[in-house]
This record gives sequence, structure tokens and C-alpha cells, in this order.
Amino acid sequence: MAATDAQTSLRHAFGNVLAFFILILIGVLAFSIRLFSVIKYESVIHEFDPYFNYRVTQFLTKNGIYDFWNWFDDRTWYPLGRVIGGTVYPGLTLTAGTLWWILNSLNIPLSVETVCVFTAPIFSAFASWATYLLTKEVKGPGAGLTAAVLLAMVPSYISRSVAGSYDNEAVAIFALIFTFYLYIKTLNTGSLFYATLNSIAYFYMVCSWGGYTFIINLIPMHALLCIVTGRYSSRLYIAYAPLIVLGTLLAALVPVVGFNAVMTSEHFASFLVFILIHVVALVYYIKGILSPKMFKVAVALVVSGGLAVCFAMIAVLVAMVASSPTMGWSGRSLSLLDPTYASKYIPIIASVSEHQPPTWPSYFMDINVLAFLVPAGIIACFSPLSDASSFVILYIVTSVYFSGVMVRLMLVLAPAACILSGIALSQAFDVFTRSIKLQLPSLSIDSPVDAGDGSSESVVPDDTVKTDKTEDTQKERTSKKSRSRKSSSESVEKPSSKSQIKKRLSVLPLETSIIAIVLLVLLGAFYVVHSVWAAAEAYSAPSIVLTSHSHDGLHVFDDFREAYAWLSHNTEVDDKVASWWDYGYQTTAMANRTVIVDNNTWNNTHIATVGTAMSSPEKAAWEIFHSLDVKYVLVVFGGLVGYPSDDINKFLWMVRIGGGVFPHIKEPDYLRDGQYRIDNMATPTMLNCLIFVETDGKAFDRVRRTEIGKKHFKLTHFEEVFTTHHWMVRIYKLKPPKNRIRGKTKKSKSKANPKTVSKRKELKRNPF
Amino acid sequence: MAMEPLLRIGVLFLFLHLSVLVNSSPSHHLQIINAERRIDLTSHIIKVYLTLKVENLGTSPTSEVRLAFSPAEAEHLAVVKAAVTTGKRKKKTYVPLDVKPVGPPDGPNGTKFFSVTLLTPLGKGETTTLEVLYILTHSLEPFPVEISQSESQLVYFRDSAILLSPYHVKQQTTFIKTPRSRVESFTVVEPTKRAGTELKYGPYDDHTPYSYSPVLVHFENNNPFAVVEELEREIEISHWGSIQVIERYRLTHAGARHKGVFSRVEYQTRSGASGVSSFKHLLAKLPPRVHSVYYRDEIGNISSSHLRKDFLKSELEFEPRYPLFGGWKSTFLIGYGLPLQDFLFESPDGKRYLNFTYGCPLSDTVVDKLIIKVVLPEGSKDPAAVIPFQVDQHLETKYSYLDIVGRTVVVLEKKNVVPEHNIPFQVYYNFNPIFMLAEPLMLASVFFLLFAASVAYLHVDLSIRKS
Repeated sequence: MAATDAQTSLRHAFGNVLAFFILILIGVLAFSIRLFSVIKYESVIHEFDPYFNYRVTQFLTKNGIYDFWNWFDDRTWYPLGRVIGGTVYPGLTLTAGTLWWILNSLNIPLSVETVCVFTAPIFSAFASWATYLLTKEVKGPGAGLTAAVLLAMVPSYISRSVAGSYDNEAVAIFALIFTFYLYIKTLNTGSLFYATLNSIAYFYMVCSWGGYTFIINLIPMHALLCIVTGRYSSRLYIAYAPLIVLGTLLAALVPVVGFNAVMTSEHFASFLVFILIHVVALVYYIKGILSPKMFKVAVALVVSGGLAVCFAMIAVLVAMVASSPTMGWSGRSLSLLDPTYASKYIPIIASVSEHQPPTWPSYFMDINVLAFLVPAGIIACFSPLSDASSFVILYIVTSVYFSGVMVRLMLVLAPAACILSGIALSQAFDVFTRSIKLQLPSLSIDSPVDAGDGSSESVVPDDTVKTDKTEDTQKERTSKKSRSRKSSSESVEKPSSKSQIKKRLSVLPLETSIIAIVLLVLLGAFYVVHSVWAAAEAYSAPSIVLTSHSHDGLHVFDDFREAYAWLSHNTEVDDKVASWWDYGYQTTAMANRTVIVDNNTWNNTHIATVGTAMSSPEKAAWEIFHSLDVKYVLVVFGGLVGYPSDDINKFLWMVRIGGGVFPHIKEPDYLRDGQYRIDNMATPTMLNCLIFVETDGKAFDRVRRTEIGKKHFKLTHFEEVFTTHHWMVRIYKLKPPKNRIRGKTKKSKSKANPKTVSKRKELKRNPF
Repeated sequence: MAMEPLLRIGVLFLFLHLSVLVNSSPSHHLQIINAERRIDLTSHIIKVYLTLKVENLGTSPTSEVRLAFSPAEAEHLAVVKAAVTTGKRKKKTYVPLDVKPVGPPDGPNGTKFFSVTLLTPLGKGETTTLEVLYILTHSLEPFPVEISQSESQLVYFRDSAILLSPYHVKQQTTFIKTPRSRVESFTVVEPTKRAGTELKYGPYDDHTPYSYSPVLVHFENNNPFAVVEELEREIEISHWGSIQVIERYRLTHAGARHKGVFSRVEYQTRSGASGVSSFKHLLAKLPPRVHSVYYRDEIGNISSSHLRKDFLKSELEFEPRYPLFGGWKSTFLIGYGLPLQDFLFESPDGKRYLNFTYGCPLSDTVVDKLIIKVVLPEGSKDPAAVIPFQVDQHLETKYSYLDIVGRTVVVLEKKNVVPEHNIPFQVYYNFNPIFMLAEPLMLASVFFLLFAASVAYLHVDLSIRKS
């Protein structure tokens, strides 16, 4: 027995070292699969929001943390400005800033940009390790490793964390998984140490991403589920109560959250469950000290008295919530609960493509074979159902719902899908390899390590007990389960002796299991191929540089940076640049010029003003822009090279958003028979509006495959000062106002242009 | 009437003063028999080739010949070189001569002097022929100051028809070469002749010292006025086998400023007639065997560049992000690696020295301020730079990968640099090869400590109560 003990301990040590190296390799995989963007393109910040984060990080590293908290940014939302320190989730910025600071204090002179570019890949390695830990808590290390491998290359997560994609999600997914891990760990151990760590992890998550509300709703839901299903234990209390108390206090420290942590409806669920769990704890306590008869009396007393108090409380709460216009919910949260909310009331949220519901193919694209493995994983979680596995089930169910509402939340689904698929795969492999092992006696003779459990077929019952035991001891070793857990596992062990024969029978035929393993490996290979393809082709383009392949090689369209570089070098430092809000962040970060609106769409009216200007005739637009002190107008036109997401395609949103605030902009004016056209059938309003005049395609528009309806415009109030090489970005300068003309010329002008006058009136209402 | 004696005294003093001046300078003894000046205005770097035939009229031999420049010229003077021809027609060779600026006192009207030291003193009655090249920058003044896209660029050039010299000039001629035959106007100082792209002033006979006759030439010059306002070249030596060079450019178009509309349509469709004074191609001559070249700016890669390599040189042809019109600016950086053995040598006394080219690799550009930083490896001592011309030198310290004491940086600064400054310079220093091992050893010891700490951690039991 001592020899086998030594052997098993050796095996464990060997397994641990192996697991350690596998984890390191998984980290390397997670990091390196995200480098396609750097290799294929360059080490550069991607997209729109990452440019803002990059700029904030630059500010942080240059000016320090205190200036960062107090940073009032006058380069954006002119003339309103924006308080960055109080309106930004600082987690990502602080993380990258700290990394940079550490590296620089070691005299490793990496630029802020480099650190920012590689933050996301580094954190995806962390995230896959966190997935290992979480899944290990749920179903043991085998499932953990499988889940970690899957997460390291799940396309959905890759799409948000390739090198250069320096966005909140990059670190938030790690924080999310790690918070869940610590919650499960606390739940399994009942240790206050982990509970404290859990609230700190939650704090990091709150710092990083607005998606923390998912945690603060999911964990109460799970706690509630446990209570309702009679799984209440002191471990649950320790896992839940400190998290809410400490977590809420810490969350309130983050300026952007502040009192929202106790005031908004997103957090109410947690407090309700917090109250409930105390009630339940009290009941359990009283039940423990009272005799059953006394307990019944007490219950009757408390129920009659307590219910009245409860109803009163709930009535007050409901009244409070109902008194606020959006029921205390933010627009994005509301559009999560009611998917049609945004398109009805908030065109800005609806206009963002990542806030649209996903299509079916995007599930296949983003989580690929995991979509098929998840149901198997759910089944595996039910046998047996533990606190941890019920949490995972709850997680997958809610995240599937959310991902169905907003394509962006596919990202929250991805870890859950990976965990469940990891469990499913690992369990399947377990079953198949065990049935192979039991049917191949030669294998067990060959390897002395396996001698203990697979000595021969004749002693099968004995051996299964042993395997069960080793599994159990292993579980105990790893998760240090508390007493109640142990008793439950013992109760599992008792029937196991009965099931020995059953297990022997449940062994699958050798050929079937070999074929099944081959098929599973093929499935995994397909997943790997798809993920690598997605990482290399689909999600690596930085979107500020466009490429196209043609018969004579690769073409690079670097027009955006060309325009930004021109702005930054050839205009005055304090000039204001107006563009549609998509390009706001990039303009401030790359061109270092003041913009009117940017991607932080906090002021609808301001955006509507720009939208109105863009969809007004030239003169009226000039007046609006002039009133905003704008000197340059930047428009994006993809007609020449066939770039589809240009300003003409976004134009209807400008009209909608503009029309939402300024009613004289009416969408039907721009549509011919309900159709959006720009050819000679387009409406005159459409053909005269500023954006159309300025994008001014000279001939054939390749995006919309039509001939432009009107050509050769003569601009009177704007002049073209710069156009990029492929005409994608065009910059116009506002001509200075003409000298005032006295006398009748002015009168005749105002007569001729009654529209302008109404415009002026309208402008007076406009606060700018 | 009372003024008259005063005036006389004043005149007397002036004469005295002049005679003192004349006596103090050796000009009295020298005479220029023939001066021929060829001014090349084809680019924005003005090259003036001056051939002087000098005769010593005095009694004592002299070895110093002075060149005079007006204050405006002296301010924009980038290079003055002189050579003397030796040998007969076929085996004519040029021997470079030493040219030094002469400190105060200046000549009349602030004339600045440069003195050329002859190889052998010029005896009485002897003659010698000097070849002088001087280069002026920023001396073409655009007029009109602002032009639109379709116009071509016209510039003023101001100079004197007569050579400014402290000596008597017996005969002289000046040729001015313009880039194209379009010359709007020019000052006529008889005899003046214009043929094609060449303007000829002279020959003029017998001009007294310090004669000056201003001329103004207004002509078309569409050559790229590429001026690098500041160029910082950082040359980092690693004894592990490579030299890394990073060059940060701040480029501007110093010609007539662009005015009004920039129409890309016109620029692309009528490339010959539209934006003729703008430029978008640049050429950098890099050393041979250059590797890992990158070309980027603060917002990322710039994808428009070609590298051609051969055994003698590498040529990097690149475009800024956008074509540069008058007054437009752009910044970018070029970085590359070079093999160490091509540039680092060991001198006989055991010192090491870097032999590298000064100046700017871009062809046909003026650099207003050039900063060369030679980053020596950590642990090097006694740096000393050897440069054939005057530069400002100082030392800095730079901390790079895992440095502890920092690397010594030799900073060489010079204003107004032209392609003629692309000549080798040397930086000598002492280096002990043991320092090369410092960083690997440090990393190794960190890892060792890490493992030792983890071993210790695994064997330490800190629990208070044994369970």
C-alpha cells in the first residue's frame, strides 16, 4: 500500500508539473495567436475606442495618477469638454500604465504604444489561466486544461483582444473569469481569505468595464438559486455577503461608478438577495437553536409580522425605482432587457453595429464547434449537480440570452461556452479512454504506473473503487472541501460500490470509443483551424489601414492616417475639426486636434447638432459649424476605392439622430419612395446637403454601384484643403465670414433665403 | 564754418582708420588678377564655384588669402572649401586647403572674412590659382510668397555683380545658372548677357577692394525646397554585433507657401502642371549591408517605401504620408540596423573607434539643426570625437535595456548642414569587454534567485499550529 501511495503521489507530482507546463504553453498560445495583427500589419492601436484609451494612457504616463483623476479634456466635445477622470473606466489605463511604469523603472524603454498594443494578448493568457482555475474548481483539472485551451483561441475573444485592440474588454474578460473563479473557490472552501480576494477581483472588474453589472446580477441570481433549491450553507453566506459589502464599497470608489453602486437598478438585485440571505441565515440559525415545535411557532410569528414589513419595503422600493424616468436603468441595460428599446428611443445606441442583435452565422463564426459542445457540457454539469456546476449552468444560460440581444456580448458568452465545452470534452475523453483502458490489459501491464488501477480484468470491481478513491482524494486535495461537501461525496462513494458492476457494463465497445476519440480530435482540429483562420484573416485588420488584394499585389489604403498626420502638422494647434462622431477619438489621438463630438456619445444634442449640420444645405451648415467655432470639416468617402462604411452610408443615422433633436430635419425628405439613393433619382434635399456635396464623388461610386446624381459642385462656404491619396478622407476648411454688406444687398439676400433666417432662429435655441 | 575743422578731423580720422585697417590686413600686398564666379541656382542649395588667380604684389611672402562675405551671405553660409591646383594640365590635382573663419574686426559694413592658408607662402610677384567652393542655404526668397496649386514657384536671388573682396580685382566675370530658362527679371549691370539658363555678368575690370553692386534675379525654381528643420540621429553601438540607427526628421517645404484649395483630382490627373513645386519622393542614401529598415511616424508605419541594396550603398526611396506643398510640414523616423564590423574598429593604442558618416542621408536637403547622438555601450570610458569641422559637443547619459550605470552618449550638434557635410567622423572610446556580460549575468542571477526563492518557499512551513 505504501508503494502505491508513493506511486500515486509521484503521479500527482508528475501530473502537476505536466499541468504547469501545459498551462505555460496555453499562455504562449493565447499570446501568440493574437500577434497575427502585428505580423500581418504592424504594431499599431486598432479601431476607434482603443485610440481613446491609448490617449488616456499617454496622459497618465506623462502626468501621473493625480492629474489623471482630475483631467478635464478640452480637446473633445468642444465647447463642452469632458471630465475624463470621472467618466472613464480606469482599469485598463491603470493596468497598462503600471506595466509601462514597471518596465521603465527596469530601464526597458518600451514606448507606451507598445505596452498598450500588447496588453490585450498578455491578459488573454491570464484569462485562459483563470479559466483553468475556474473549471478546475467545477470539474477537476482535466476539464480545466481543456477549457483553458479552448478559451486561449476562442474566436469571439480573439476578436476583442488581438494585439492592438486596446479596449476595456481586453482586461475585463480576465477580471470576469477570475472573479467567478474566486467566487466558486470561496463557495467550495468557505474561506474568508478568498472572499476578500473575490471582492478585490470584483473591484478590478468594476474598474475595467461597465459589464461588471453582469457579475453583480449573476452572483445574486446564483445565490438565490442555491437558497431556493435548499443548497444554503455557511459557505454560500461567506461567498456572498462579504462580496456584496466589500465589493459595493470598493465599487463606489471608482469615480465613474460612484453612488451608482447603490442607487441604480442594476445593483438592486444584489441587495435584495443580500437581505434574503440574511433572513435565511437567521432562519437556519434559529432552527438550529430551537426545538422543531418552537420553530414552527416562531415561523408563524415571523411570517405574519415579517410579510407586512416586507411588503412595505418592496412598495417603497418600487415607488423609488418607478419615480426615475428610465426606472433607474441606463439605456444600454434597458436595451438588454428589452431588445427593441434602443431602436425605439435611442438612435445613437442603435446606430452602433456592435449593439445590434447577432445573426446565426455569427455564433458559428465566434464560438464555432463550442456551440455544439455546450449542451453536452450542461448535461455533464448536472451529473452530479454541485454549487459550482449550477453556477456555470446559470452563467451559460444568462450569457446566451445577452449575446442574443447584443452582438458585442458574445464576448461574455465565449468564456462560458469554453468552460462548458471543456467540461464536455474532458468528460467524453474520460469515458472513452477509460473504456479503452479497461479493454486493453496489455497497456496496464506495460506501464508500471497504471499497474495499481488496471492490474487485470478479473479484479475490476476493486480497481474501480480505487480509481474512485483516488479521484476523490484528489478532489479533496485540490479544493479542500468542507465537511458537508465531504459527506456528500461519501454518500456518492457508497453507491459507487454498487455501481461497480454497472460501470463495468457501461464501458463502451473498443472500436466505438476509438472512433469517437478520433472524431473528437477531428472536431478539435476543426476548431483550431477555424480559430487560427479567424485570428489571421477575420479579426486582425486594424481598420485604420485597409488592404486589398488584386492581380498586381497588395494595395494598402492608409488614407485615415494620412489625413490625421496632415491635420496634426499643417493646422493650428487649437483648430476645431468637425466630423461624424466615429472619427472623434482618432482625430484627438492621432491628429491632436479638438473635435466637436466623439465616440463617447454622452451628449445626444451635440451629436444631433453635427448631424443636422451634415444634413443641411451648405449655407446653413456653414452657420452651424461657424457657431461651433469649427475650422475644418472632415468627411469620409469610400466611393473611389469601395470602402463601405463611409459617411454616405452612415448618413441616414445622421439624419435620424439630427431629426430626433431638431425636428426640421425629416428622414422622408432624404428618401425617394422610402429608398435611400444617391443617383439622379435622389431627392433635392439629399443632393444639396452638406455631406453629399462634400463627399462629392467625381464619377462612379463603387460602394453603392451607382452614378452619383449630381456632379461638379461649386462650394461657396467651404474650400477643399486636403484630400487623401485614395480620396477616402476629405478635409474642408470653412471660409472666413464675408464682410458685412450694408444696404439693400443684404435685404435682398435675406428675402431670397428665408430658410436661413429660420435657421438662425433655430440656432439661437441651440446652446452653442 | 566752425563745422569744417571738425569735419576735417573726422575725415582725417576716417582716413587714418582706413589706412590702419589696410595696413593691418595683408590685403595691400595681394591682388586678384582674374576672378571667375559660377553660381549654381538649380536647387535650393546654392553652390558657388569661385576661381581666383592671386598675385602677391608686396615684398614679403604671405601664406594667407582672405575671402570676404556680406553679412547676409555669412549667415547662410554652410560650407567654404578651398583647394589649390597643382600639376600640369593632364595630371592636375586639387590639394585641399585649410579654411578658417576670421574673428573680429569685421570689414566695412560688417563684411565677414574667411582666411585660406596656402600650402607654401606666396613669394613676391608669384601667382597662384585658388578654387573655392562655398554653399549657401535659405538664400532664395520666394516671391510671390504664397502660390496656389496651379502656379509655379518664383524666387528672388540677391547677390553682387562684383565679387566682394578685400583685394583689388583686375578682372572678373560672374555666371549665374538658373534651373529653367524662365527668368522674370534680373538687374542689368553692363555688360550683362543672358543665354538660355545662364546669366553672365561681366567681364568687369579693375574694381577697388570692397566694391559691391547688388543684383536681383527673379526666376522660376520648382525644385523641392526640402528642409529638415531638425534631424536627430541616434547611433547606438552594441558590442554584440550591431549598430542601430534611428533618425528622427522634421521635414518642411521651405518654398512659397501653398494658398487656398488643394485639389487631389487636379493633382492626380494633371501631375505635370499641378503642384509643380511640391514634392512627395525622397531618397535616403544609407550605408551598404543595412538591415531591418523601418519607416514610420508617431502614428504608425508609413507603407510607401522601397529599399534597393547593392555592394556600395543602399537606397531608400520613400514618400511622406502626403505630398508636401509650400509651408507644409511632416515628421517621420527612419531606423535601421548595420553590421558592427563595418563601422567599429580598434585603433593601435587599444581604443575602439566608430567610423560613421556625418550629415543627413537625404539627398538634396538642408538640415537646419543636426543632432548626432552616439550611444556608446554601457561601461565605456573616455569618449572623444574627431570631426573635420566645427560642431558643438557635449555628453549625456542614456538608460536603455536593463542599464544600471547608463550609457555615455556623445552629442554632436551642428547648424546648417548640407550634403557636403556627409564625411566620416570618428568617436574614440575605451571599452572593457567584460561589461558585455553584465546584463546576461544579471538576468541569469535573477532567474537563479527566483528559483531559489521558490524552492525555499516550498520548504518553509509558516503555520503556527501543526494540525
